Amino acid sequence: MKKVYVNEERCLGCHLCEYYCAFANSGEAEFYKAFRLGRNAVPRIKVEDGNGINFAVQCRHCDDPLCMKNCIAGAISKVDGVVKIDHEKCVGCYTCVLSCPYGCVVADGGHSASKCELCTANGGIPQCVKGCINGAIVFEERGETA
Amino acid sequence: MKFDYVIVGNSAAAAGCIEGIREHDKKGSIAVISDEKYHIYSRPLISYLLKGDVKEKQMKYRPADFYKVNDVETLLGKRAVSVDSKTKQVQLESGEKIEYGKLLIATGSKPFVPPMDGLDSVKNHFSFMKLDDVKAIEKAVKKGAKVLIIGAGLIGLKAAEALEHYGCDMTVIDLADRILPSILDKQTSEIMQKHIEAHGVKFKLNTSAKSFNKNTATLTNGEELQFDILITAVGVRPNTELAESAGGKVERGQRDAAPNSVSGKAEPADNCLAARSNSIHARGFITDKKQAVKGVKNIWAAGDCTVSEDITTGTSHIIAIMPNAYAQGLVAGHNMAGAADRYERAFPMNAIGFFGLHIITAGNYTGDCYEEVDGENVKKLFSANDRLNGFILMGEKITRAGIYTALIREQTDLSTVDYDLLCKAPQLAAFAEEKRLDILSKGGGAA
Repeated sequence: MKKVYVNEERCLGCHLCEYYCAFANSGEAEFYKAFRLGRNAVPRIKVEDGNGINFAVQCRHCDDPLCMKNCIAGAISKVDGVVKIDHEKCVGCYTCVLSCPYGCVVADGGHSASKCELCTANGGIPQCVKGCINGAIVFEERGETA
Repeated sequence: MKFDYVIVGNSAAAAGCIEGIREHDKKGSIAVISDEKYHIYSRPLISYLLKGDVKEKQMKYRPADFYKVNDVETLLGKRAVSVDSKTKQVQLESGEKIEYGKLLIATGSKPFVPPMDGLDSVKNHFSFMKLDDVKAIEKAVKKGAKVLIIGAGLIGLKAAEALEHYGCDMTVIDLADRILPSILDKQTSEIMQKHIEAHGVKFKLNTSAKSFNKNTATLTNGEELQFDILITAVGVRPNTELAESAGGKVERGQRDAAPNSVSGKAEPADNCLAARSNSIHARGFITDKKQAVKGVKNIWAAGDCTVSEDITTGTSHIIAIMPNAYAQGLVAGHNMAGAADRYERAFPMNAIGFFGLHIITAGNYTGDCYEEVDGENVKKLFSANDRLNGFILMGEKITRAGIYTALIREQTDLSTVDYDLLCKAPQLAAFAEEKRLDILSKGGGAA
C-alpha cells in the first residue's frame, strides 16, 4: 500500500508540512482560520530538528499497531491498511500516546486523540506531501505489506 | 454443549483470545461465557458513562457484529462455577455443563471490600467496576449528594471525577499518605491532589473508615462523616476460584526487591511502588509464557486474574491493565489454536487523566532520575545500568510518551542512543542513523 515516506536529505526543517496537516484536519475552509481566532489546530505529522538533521515523521500504519492493541476503548482499528481512530468512541485517555513507539499519536485537546490517517477523510491525497515544496516527503508504494 | 474453545470472561483478554484463535483457526467452534449480560464492553469507560461523556452504545470494546464476524457463540448472563479438567467441562450455576477442547480463564477481578463494622447498615453502598455499578449509582445519585469514596486510587478518583458532574459534595479517604500511590511518587501525587482539590473534591489521607452506623462513617482518626452515597474502591482481588477448582496453581505476587529511589531520595520499596495497592501482592494464576496455566492441561489464563513477570523489576505480580490483558489473551489464543507465541514484555503502564490533567506512567521508579518540574507539567525518567526503568509524565510533558515506553519495552541499551537528547524531548533523532532510517523506512516492529 502507499504510505508517506521521508527523504531526510531533502528536509530543511521548515515545518510547512505540519501546517498543511493541521489545516487539512481542522475542518476550516481557510488556512489562517485553523490557527487564529482562538483555534490552534494540532498537526499529526512531526518535524524533528535534533542532532543537526531534519525529518518529518507520522503514523507508520504498523503491521502490528500497538496503539490499536492497547486502546482501552476499542476505538482504533485498521481499515484497508490505514490505522484509524473512531472519535465517537475515543475518550482521550491517551493510552495510544503511551503506546506508539514513533510518538505519532497526538493529544488533540478536548476529549480525543488524533493521528495521521493518510488524509483518507480529506480527499485521499496526503496534504503534507502535496504541500512540501522540497519533495522531502513522498506518498508512494514501497512494496510493504499492508 | 461442546465447543473446541471455551472462554470464561468477556473483556479485553477474551477479545485478544478470540482474535488470536481466528488468526490461525477459522473453523473451530468458540463459546464465550460471562455472568454479565452485555456485549463486550470497556470496563474503564464506566466513569465516562457516569460522567456523561459517552453513551452505553459507545462503550462497546469491539463492534456490534464482533461475535458474528468471529463466529462466536455467547453464553451471557451465565456464571461459571467450576471446572473439571478431567472431563473437560465447565459447570454453570444454572446446572448446564459446557464441554471444552481448550479453555481460557479470563475471569478478571472483583472489588475488595475490607471488613468494616456496620457496613451492612449503609444505604447506597456501591463498588465501581462494572456497567451495572454505574446503572445503580445513576439511580441513587441526586444533584448535590454527599459522596464518600474510600480509596484514592485510579478507580476511586475516576468515580469522583464523574460525580463532580452531578454537583456532588465529595470526600475521598485513603489509608495511604498520598493519592494514586500505585502510579505516582510523592511530588507528582501532591500536584495531582491540588489539581483535583481545585475541583471541589476533599481528601482525608492517612485514615480509613473504622465503622459505619447507617450513613455515618467513623474514621480511624476519630472524625465522623455523614454521606448519602458510599463508594468503596480500596482495591481488587483476582477471581481465581475457577482455575483453582480445575487444579491450577495460584500464588501470591512477589514484592519488588529493589529499593526505590525517587527524586534522589531513597525510600523503602513499600512506600513507593506499592502502595501499588494490595492487588499487586494478591494471589493470581501462574501461567507459563504461552499463558498456559501451570499444573493442568488444556487450560490457559489471561488478564487481571494472572501473575505476569515484570521486565522492569524481574519480579512476578499482577499487572492489572487492559493492554496487558489483551496481549496475554492474544498470546493464549495463538497457542490454543496451535501456533507458537510467547508473552515476554509485560510491565506496568498507565495513561489516565483527572479533571483535564493527564498523566502517563510506566515501569518502576528506581535508579537515576532526570527531572523537569514546571507547575503541572512534569517529566521524570528513571534509568539504571543503561536501561530506562520507568517514567512519570504529566500535563504537556505526555507528548510522544510512546518513544520512552518503547525504550522500556525493547530494553534499549541507552548507550546506543543520545540519551541527553531523549531526556529533553522524546525523539527519533536520538537513535543512531541506521536504526533511525530503519524506523522511518517501514512500519511496525522498530524503535
